[in-house]
Amino acid sequence: MVTTTPNGFTLDDSGQRIVVDPVTRIEGHLRVEVNVDENNVIRNAVSTGTMWRGLEVILKGRDPRDAWAFAQRICGVCTGTHALTSVRAVEDALDISIPENANSIRNIMQLALQCHDHIVHFYHLHALDWVDVLSSLSADPKATSELAQSISSWPLSSPGYYRDLQAKLKKFVESGQLGIFNNAYWGNAAYKLPPEANLMAVAHYLEALDFQKEIKKVHAIFGGKNPHPNWLVGGVPCPINIDGVGAAGGAISIERLELVKKVIQQTIDFTQKVYIPDVLAIASFYKDWTHGGGLSSQAVLSYGDIPEHANDYSDANLLMPRGAIIGGDLTNVRPVDLRDPEEIQEQVVHSWYKYSDETIGLHPWDGVSEPNYELGPNAVGTRTDIRAVDEAAKYSWIKSPRWKGNAMEVGPLARYIIGYAKGDPEFKEPAEAALRQLDLPVQALFTTLGRTAARALECDWAAQKMMYFYNKLVANIRNGDTATANVEKWDPESWPKSAKGVGFTEAPRGALGHWIRIEDGKIENYQCVVPTTWNAGPRDNAGNIGAFEAALMDTPVVDPQQPVEILRTLHSFDPCMACSTHLMSPDGEELAEIKVR
Amino acid sequence: MAETFYDLIRKQGVSRRSFMKFCSLTATSLGLAPHMAGQIAHAMETKPRTPVVWLNGLECTCCSESFIRSGHPLVSDVVLSMLSLDYSHVLMAAAGQQATDILHEVREKHDGNYILAVEGNPPLNEDGMYCIVGGKPFIEELKYMAKGAKAVIAWGSCASNGCVQAAKPNPTAATPIHKVIRDKPIIKVPGCPPIAEVMTGVLSYMITFDRIPPLDRLGRPNMFYGQRIHDKCYRRPHFDAGQFAEAFDDDGSRKGFCLYKLGCRGPTTYNACSTIRWNGGISFPIQSGHGCIGCSEEDFWDNGPFYDRLAKVNTPLGAEANADQIGLAATGIVGAAVAAHAGLSALKRARDKSVAARSSETTAETVD
Repeated sequence: MVTTTPNGFTLDDSGQRIVVDPVTRIEGHLRVEVNVDENNVIRNAVSTGTMWRGLEVILKGRDPRDAWAFAQRICGVCTGTHALTSVRAVEDALDISIPENANSIRNIMQLALQCHDHIVHFYHLHALDWVDVLSSLSADPKATSELAQSISSWPLSSPGYYRDLQAKLKKFVESGQLGIFNNAYWGNAAYKLPPEANLMAVAHYLEALDFQKEIKKVHAIFGGKNPHPNWLVGGVPCPINIDGVGAAGGAISIERLELVKKVIQQTIDFTQKVYIPDVLAIASFYKDWTHGGGLSSQAVLSYGDIPEHANDYSDANLLMPRGAIIGGDLTNVRPVDLRDPEEIQEQVVHSWYKYSDETIGLHPWDGVSEPNYELGPNAVGTRTDIRAVDEAAKYSWIKSPRWKGNAMEVGPLARYIIGYAKGDPEFKEPAEAALRQLDLPVQALFTTLGRTAARALECDWAAQKMMYFYNKLVANIRNGDTATANVEKWDPESWPKSAKGVGFTEAPRGALGHWIRIEDGKIENYQCVVPTTWNAGPRDNAGNIGAFEAALMDTPVVDPQQPVEILRTLHSFDPCMACSTHLMSPDGEELAEIKVR
Repeated sequence: MAETFYDLIRKQGVSRRSFMKFCSLTATSLGLAPHMAGQIAHAMETKPRTPVVWLNGLECTCCSESFIRSGHPLVSDVVLSMLSLDYSHVLMAAAGQQATDILHEVREKHDGNYILAVEGNPPLNEDGMYCIVGGKPFIEELKYMAKGAKAVIAWGSCASNGCVQAAKPNPTAATPIHKVIRDKPIIKVPGCPPIAEVMTGVLSYMITFDRIPPLDRLGRPNMFYGQRIHDKCYRRPHFDAGQFAEAFDDDGSRKGFCLYKLGCRGPTTYNACSTIRWNGGISFPIQSGHGCIGCSEEDFWDNGPFYDRLAKVNTPLGAEANADQIGLAATGIVGAAVAAHAGLSALKRARDKSVAARSSETTAETVD
């Protein structure tokens, strides 16, 4: 059957159905089904979130000061960003202000997780969609060295370095135990890099694996550990002691600050000398692979983040831009209000939940959901052995969030498009420089590669902003301000009987919001609308397809049995399924009977 | 004949001398006597690389993230040289059918010889379909792969204890893996997440000595979970001297005083945070100013609020009280309160979980 969606995509489900489940190199569980036509071009795409944990049910009745710890466990990859969103929501509800140092430290932590997430995403979750590991065995180490030195001053680039690495790889492959590289798509014609570029990329895959752990030392210093560092309603838990007894071995001393500074500098170096040159070099071989744009050219959303000063969440104070673009109109970046019940709503007509009236969407402060797992009449297989879902019915554990009724893409590309459209030089100029270097028009932003490149540029932005806030923190301490927490309203006795608030961040994967209601000092309702809900969500009431689905449309697949192109575009969003699937029942009661298998 | 770890690293250009140095470092990091280095070397020279299959159920991937933070051994060495990570949802290049095929291949080729590592847990409600892999409930994949495993590692608090999705009211009936896998040895490595070097240390131990590490009565490796955070906390002298932070960012917190009054769970939490520490040994929660939330203890999510002075605990008589009240009832001093709490926790555990109380060595220990 051929249909055209309101957001302009022509769907045809008559061709061969291809299922990719599990989608690997992501966080959590995702299934994708597509139909390809006789030329193996994708003509229908269906994204199914395949897990549900119910964290918001669990949050009900808890102490709001504890909420960050629960919410942080939504995701251990972008670890920290949910906690920050949560403490902001509680502070908004209870009207708690935080010290300037706490704002700087929170920004440094949020930016550190952006950098870490982007680097790990590119090298370990995404690169193997572009890089053929086995091809690197036939590279000429000398030519590889020349290639590396032509694009970067990174010191690990000698012919000997690449010769040694290649010898190790050869022996690894000859051992016959390929481990994580086993049974992949090596040799597929979709891989376009010459062997030398592949060898360089594999070297950096391994270097990045060893380097990424350094970035999270920033979290260990301020938050005590990573993954899942500690946060605090009212500020940050790490006190500053520069001059006094007990500074050595304390939370923040001059020695600790120097360690933070060193890690920030290493992150800047790695991003500028390895990550960005690699992305541009790889992109230069895929310039004609212009697929995967999806919704990015028509509808993108960002809540904005990184407040310059503490306690001011207005557009003008956010260094990462806020706004919405719809209808592809880049001349009009619209304001976004997370409190307006008409703007952000979630629908469930294609999700495994029940509303009393499924023709409407609900704002998160009034959000309800009740699981309702059922397959449509045209699904293939059984309830516990799904061969194909029926996308005309319910087909995902993810809801469909909409902004003023529009399906939206969120994430680094959305942020860069909004920054570009606003004319913000910090976003526009690096994007234009990258396009110039690759000799590509601005339309090239609206592609899978555009998404991947925006993430790399953002990593550089974030690393430099980390240093900016580090310097700001040090300057503030120099001026005699060492406050890190405001405990005036720590005691629940000081809270109003009823309160509601919203907290937001721009997580690595995009716009993230938590909405909280507090009654008598306990959480009454807690709702999260998270980036991968926006991106991976299913069709909505009007038939609009979501961002993943839209991005897969019209992509040619070289070999339908080897889903390299599908992975490439899905991975460009950096899917996080644990984030996207954790909605709540309004009454928090047990939701189904237990059957022990 | 599969290659041994030693063959492989020699092939990779590592000298015999470097190899021996690696073995003695491994011995040191595992807390073993120096002469054990020889045994490690022998093991690595003669044993083939062990296949490891890493499955993910309901979880947040913090365990995989922690694992890649390992500094010694480096995770690149772990996955390329120490073992053969044949299946890892997070890192593997293959997807879809090609990924699933690997599971069947491992079952066939390495039956009884691979380690199954599980991150997350299976939900039992809704026929298991709160976690779907390849169109089927995750629990089917878990049971299928457990059947051929020689041992099972329960990574983190999800697999070991249920963790956050199993906190009340546990809407999906998320269930720790020992309740659905009953015929295999299970090594529990709790924590949300576990420390990176504890994770690689457990694997390294198993591969090096070809045996599972000695476990306590809750199934955790003694070497890493045998002592409380409090036992080795560098702020312990402040506790003993009665020097406490009374509020966040107060004078006491800046001086690095004990965080017990801000809710620290160190006195009741068995983990290696205060010894091995985190992220290359540079800090741990208490050093960075926040109390331990007890993330490696069973049901820690339901033992809050986290900022209440220790947790509310059930007294042997069934009444609920917090540590202050217990302390007041006992002798009115903090140390006694914690001692009482530690004892009560053990009693509660013994009663609730139908397991014997901890060894007399740990239960008898008091904190002052």
